[in-house]
Amino acid sequence: MTAPPVQKAPSPPFVKRHHWIVRLTHWMTFVLLAGMIMSGLQIYGAYARFGERGGPYYVNAFEDHGFPKWSRLGGWLAGGLNWHFTLMWPLIAGGVLYLSYLAASGEWRSLLFRPRDIRGAIEMQKYYLRLRKEHPPQGKHNPLQKAAYTFIILLGVLSVVTGFAIYKPTQLSWLTALFGGFQAARYWHFWAVWIFTGFLVVHVVLVFVVDPASLRAMISGWYRGRFPSHD
Amino acid sequence: MIDRRAFLRLAAGAGTASFVGACGWDGGNAVRPLLLDVSRVNDWVGEKILFSKNRLAREYDIAERTANLPSYFISPTMPMLQDPKAWRVQITGLVREPLSLSLDQLRAMPRTTYTVKHHCVEGWSAIATWHGVPVSAIAERCGLLPQARYVRFDSFDSGYSNGWDLASAMHPQTILAYGMNDNPLSPTHGAPLRLYSPTKLGYKMTKYLVSLTFTAERPGG
Repeated sequence: MTAPPVQKAPSPPFVKRHHWIVRLTHWMTFVLLAGMIMSGLQIYGAYARFGERGGPYYVNAFEDHGFPKWSRLGGWLAGGLNWHFTLMWPLIAGGVLYLSYLAASGEWRSLLFRPRDIRGAIEMQKYYLRLRKEHPPQGKHNPLQKAAYTFIILLGVLSVVTGFAIYKPTQLSWLTALFGGFQAARYWHFWAVWIFTGFLVVHVVLVFVVDPASLRAMISGWYRGRFPSHD
Repeated sequence: MIDRRAFLRLAAGAGTASFVGACGWDGGNAVRPLLLDVSRVNDWVGEKILFSKNRLAREYDIAERTANLPSYFISPTMPMLQDPKAWRVQITGLVREPLSLSLDQLRAMPRTTYTVKHHCVEGWSAIATWHGVPVSAIAERCGLLPQARYVRFDSFDSGYSNGWDLASAMHPQTILAYGMNDNPLSPTHGAPLRLYSPTKLGYKMTKYLVSLTFTAERPGG
């Protein structure tokens, strides 16, 4: 007697999901941003508050707080500054390469959150809140993902621009003024750290909970998961 | 807060290894030279691309002055002159006519006063008024030679010194300051004479000046 063959759901075929430029800049950004945040926390320790000398000081949960040694890079202020002002160039280069790729390939269409995505974002949010049963149809990314990725790219741009406002407050005084002055620019630059950190946590949790196959796709480029890879 | 003495070790390029060993990881011997190479590139970007000799730092109203401007020195005790009357600042190096100028002679030269924001490398900022003679007026008086590309500013504060590119030193707001907030410069802020400029961070503005040396090669600091 032969046992009936075990019925396995046929695996979907592998599809190409991410171009090598996307994968390279994704992991580059991860490493470089970690270095920027760690050297940034080292620099922060030299003057752990925001606002002109004599106050008033901006609301800051980390006022006069030194971050633990494991979270810092550079060893001391000048070391932290040297790391920060070195890593910033490859980080910016990676960002420019990535954005150029999005623009040239047309991939931006599946990533950029636009007004027409609002309705879809509401449906997606309803699904997550269990107010609707079936997963709304989507392209490469659902509208909430588009919103998150668009936001994080803008946060990256904001970090670079506030960074320059702090780096050269006299030569780029118009930029520094745009953010409300030197101390305010430092403040926004510091806030970006915590938003990036929060994004990272949610991003990683969602990869493993919702779509583990996307991790492999971000490494090898090939995807065999439940979502489409093209719009 | 990191003290300035510690900060200067990197500028001098000496003693960092032992200091860092006690304080945390900086990348080690393999990475440190690379970081300093990039720092040279950043100097070039700052001096040749972002810097403009015509762009002036914003001036503030004297009502906006900060009550207490922090001050630092390197020596264990505050550097003071034994005989203030005998003090002169020496102008040497690539000049046609080396000079030795007293405070009275400096006060008789063109005077610049401005109220500007001070930016410290640590991240704080504060507003004060400064009075002094532009370094460009000094350069004119001593007859700068065309080979001069940099200036080294030396102090009597345990040998502390800074190197500046010539364009930054010739900026109209770069002055040798003998006064602050309508008073003669106090010993805590570098009496009798200090370098001041709103285009640079505080640690670049040498206090307790004894000499300016115009050079062809980039000095340390």
